[in-house]
Amino acid sequence: MNTMLSNAPLLAVLVSALAALAIVFTGERHRNLRESWTILASLGKFGLIAAMVPGVLAGERYEVRLVELAPGIELALRADPAGVLFALSASFLWILTSFFAIGYMRGANEKKHTRFFAMLAVCLSATVGIALSANLLTFVLFYEILSVATYPLVIHKGTEKAYRIGRQYLVYAISAGMALVAGIALVYQMSGTLDFQGGGFLDASMGRTGLVTAFALFFVGFGVKAGVMPLHSWLPNAMIAPTPVSALLHAVAVVKAGVFGFVRLVGFVFGPETTAAIGMGGLLAGAAGITILLASFIAMTKDDLKARLAYSTVGHLSYIVLGVALLAPTALLGGAFHMVTHAAMKITLFFCAGALYVHLHYTKVSELDGVGRRMPITMGAFAIGALGLAGIPGTGGFLSKWYIAQGAVESGQFVFLGVLLLSGLLNAAYLFPIVIRAFFRSSPEHDRYDEASWFMVGPIVVTASLAVLLGVWPDGLFHFFGVATDAAAAVFPGAMP
Amino acid sequence: MSQIPVLVPAVLLLTALVSLLVGLKGQRAGHAVALAGAVAAFLLSAIGLREVVSTGEALHYAMGGWMPPLGIAFVMDHLAAYMTTLITFLGVVVLIYAPRSFGHEIAGREGFAWPTMVLLVAGLSGMCLTGDIFNLYVFLEISALSAYALLAVGDRAAPVAVFRYLLAGAVAGGFYLIGVAFLYFTAGTLNMADLYARLPELVENQAVVTASVFIVLGLALKMALFPFHFWLPDVYTNAPSAVAGLVAPVMTKVAAYAIIRIFLDVFPPGFFTEVVPVASTIGWMSAAGILYGSILAVAQQDLRRMLAYSSVSQVAYVGIGIGMANPVGLIGGLLHIMNHALMKGCLFLVGGAIRYRTGRTRIADFAGLGRTMPWTMAAFTVGALAMIGIPPTAGFFSKWYLLLGALEAGNGWWFAVIVASSLLTAVYFFRVLERIYREEPPEAADDGPERRATDPPASMLGPILVLAAGVLVAGVMNVVIVRAVLEHVVAPLGS
Repeated sequence: MNTMLSNAPLLAVLVSALAALAIVFTGERHRNLRESWTILASLGKFGLIAAMVPGVLAGERYEVRLVELAPGIELALRADPAGVLFALSASFLWILTSFFAIGYMRGANEKKHTRFFAMLAVCLSATVGIALSANLLTFVLFYEILSVATYPLVIHKGTEKAYRIGRQYLVYAISAGMALVAGIALVYQMSGTLDFQGGGFLDASMGRTGLVTAFALFFVGFGVKAGVMPLHSWLPNAMIAPTPVSALLHAVAVVKAGVFGFVRLVGFVFGPETTAAIGMGGLLAGAAGITILLASFIAMTKDDLKARLAYSTVGHLSYIVLGVALLAPTALLGGAFHMVTHAAMKITLFFCAGALYVHLHYTKVSELDGVGRRMPITMGAFAIGALGLAGIPGTGGFLSKWYIAQGAVESGQFVFLGVLLLSGLLNAAYLFPIVIRAFFRSSPEHDRYDEASWFMVGPIVVTASLAVLLGVWPDGLFHFFGVATDAAAAVFPGAMP
Repeated sequence: MSQIPVLVPAVLLLTALVSLLVGLKGQRAGHAVALAGAVAAFLLSAIGLREVVSTGEALHYAMGGWMPPLGIAFVMDHLAAYMTTLITFLGVVVLIYAPRSFGHEIAGREGFAWPTMVLLVAGLSGMCLTGDIFNLYVFLEISALSAYALLAVGDRAAPVAVFRYLLAGAVAGGFYLIGVAFLYFTAGTLNMADLYARLPELVENQAVVTASVFIVLGLALKMALFPFHFWLPDVYTNAPSAVAGLVAPVMTKVAAYAIIRIFLDVFPPGFFTEVVPVASTIGWMSAAGILYGSILAVAQQDLRRMLAYSSVSQVAYVGIGIGMANPVGLIGGLLHIMNHALMKGCLFLVGGAIRYRTGRTRIADFAGLGRTMPWTMAAFTVGALAMIGIPPTAGFFSKWYLLLGALEAGNGWWFAVIVASSLLTAVYFFRVLERIYREEPPEAADDGPERRATDPPASMLGPILVLAAGVLVAGVMNVVIVRAVLEHVVAPLGS
């Protein structure tokens, strides 16, 4: 492994923050110029991160150290496989979301576009910052910025209900942030360092009480954003935000930040051995398993399309948490890869929900009879996403689930094999009826082809294709699978091929 | 020997006099003199700070060439330089801000305000620079009297509120003075360095123990430490905005400074932790105050009153750092003196700007300000996030050191209080932010043509933005300050 000083991680973080400034100063007067900042920044951000992939796969680590945040702890960024994996998927999907959002915001007559696009850009800066943080203090810095920057997007509608949900959102996010800061302080007190290290830097000899307390605080800190039950209830409510926000932030960036926190926590702070030694792996896996099943059951009861997708997100986030918590190399690989595959699949579904809303003002599952005839591309993409989430072979969702299951077998925790199988069925049970309604029922309103704007349909096609591509050729595009393998190998040295 | 330690208060005292005389001709001239004097004092403090930091040695001055104990010593060490630079900086910022604000709120009475404000800054910086515990009392009363005068010219309810403050202040001063007298009778000196040398032999003496309790009690009252905070909310609420913007950030902090000075440099190490367990008492009072202030702030309808209760809570962060009595905790407390001065100054000045432009002080009436006063509200947002403790603003880092200090002290309750109060702070500040960035209800939009809300004039907006920027700079640069200044201050506690 080879560490190289490079400004690329810093630029990757900053480019969208600068874009946010440009967006604010351009303002409502030059709408097209303002939107072009978003597009340019998203392309630039993705380009910077993608450019690091070959180096990272070759064992390079790109690092930049800025000011000291506290004595001995620097504001430091470091591109390692796990971080690049998260940053790459988030920034790639931001490009598509940018186009989609332009179509959505104009089509749905939403207000305050400047604030919307500016805050979205800030959120992406924070997300990439989280992904590339080299230590816990840098991590929490971006984590808190993300919490605060998401708030204006959640209350975007400006209705009384939106403000109420915004308050709930803040209470969850700020409490989680404080738990995290407290946990980090404890870790620092015990170990004197906060730098992420493959395999962890905490040792079971540092005292069980302190370690367990710290782990519990981290569980709250990350569990809220990752939607682990019983900390999930903000997430379905946050669907009141405009659909691009639900799609990118509440299916990819924000919630994955929480999940990614678990990857860092178990893989790079506690380490699998210490996590097992203090008995936290089993607890975390148990919480994830329960969340997976319960969320699927709740999803079935929801008629509101976005609410159903939100509960589906809650469940799938816990797939990743489970992959981490099983403390087995293949399970971690599966979890890491599921970060990417779930992102591609779920963003497709949310994009579809957004297109349905803008084009036909549909928000409920029960309204979708026959809509497949009118919007075949959108609903076709929806079908692909649904197949992927259910884990049908040939999609990315199958592969990630396969590896998590393999990890469950390897570590002898067969009960989770059952959880995964049952959950696949449940996923099918709450998603396939939507597809069946759309294509196999007919409605007199939908007798002709009439798709949404290409600003929206284009991204839908791309993300749906990505969901398939990840299944048939997982390493083909941007080496997602290879990077995920390296991320797992960093935690379990020598265990990966 | 260096002139700087005495020059800072001397320049300010002289400025106050000249400003008063010149002010008879016209209050604008009085303001110009006051501002010039404050700038001079700030530059002197900054030069002194630079010298102290670069040499690592304190600057000493003996009044009239008389060496202590005959003469009064003035000492600018790391702590004093840190404090005076901060105080004079805020003095300059607020003096730039004040003319417009006073013109709106207390028109016709500004003439007297300029010398009094300078006198307040003189008293506060004198408290920090003196090396003599009786002289500290003199400066304490100078600052107190000028503060009473300034605060009392605010709203209709101000005189009553200030009268209560005056009574509390008189008791506080009396307690402090009794303590000083006891020390003088037993140790035979008023010089801090001499006391530090002599008191170790006298720790068993009941008079010394009594003195320590009186001194700390008096200062805790000045510091508005819970439950001695009762005078503060009404005073801050009814004060003129610019005065609140100066008094709230520094006044209670200088009392906290005095406690720290007494702990570190007058009584022997360990006195307040082992002989008289005052430190932990202050810690528990602060822990209660942090929660109490935050909870009451949540319930307030008026921005100024909310900020006042928030001050009760925030000054207790300094107190809890003192209570931890370990280096990292005290660094957190000391850092919070500066951080809170910057953010609370910023917030009070924003409150004044809102009042100047719209006449509103009730949070419920703030809808739409985010659109009409964008820069002012951006500064408010930065200040509010800092109060909550969102990184990379300054507020996060003082909390970080305090959390480590609580762990070091092995006190899980204090740790929990610091964590919990962030959430409470978030509740009351996001209540305001939510309102500010809301669409204005159409019927309230018409305030008459002359009060069309926009960002305030540059002389008000500039100071606000400087303080908001300061909140960010102080956060990112906190390690520089900790390394260069604060680690030297806490050195007597060991590492």
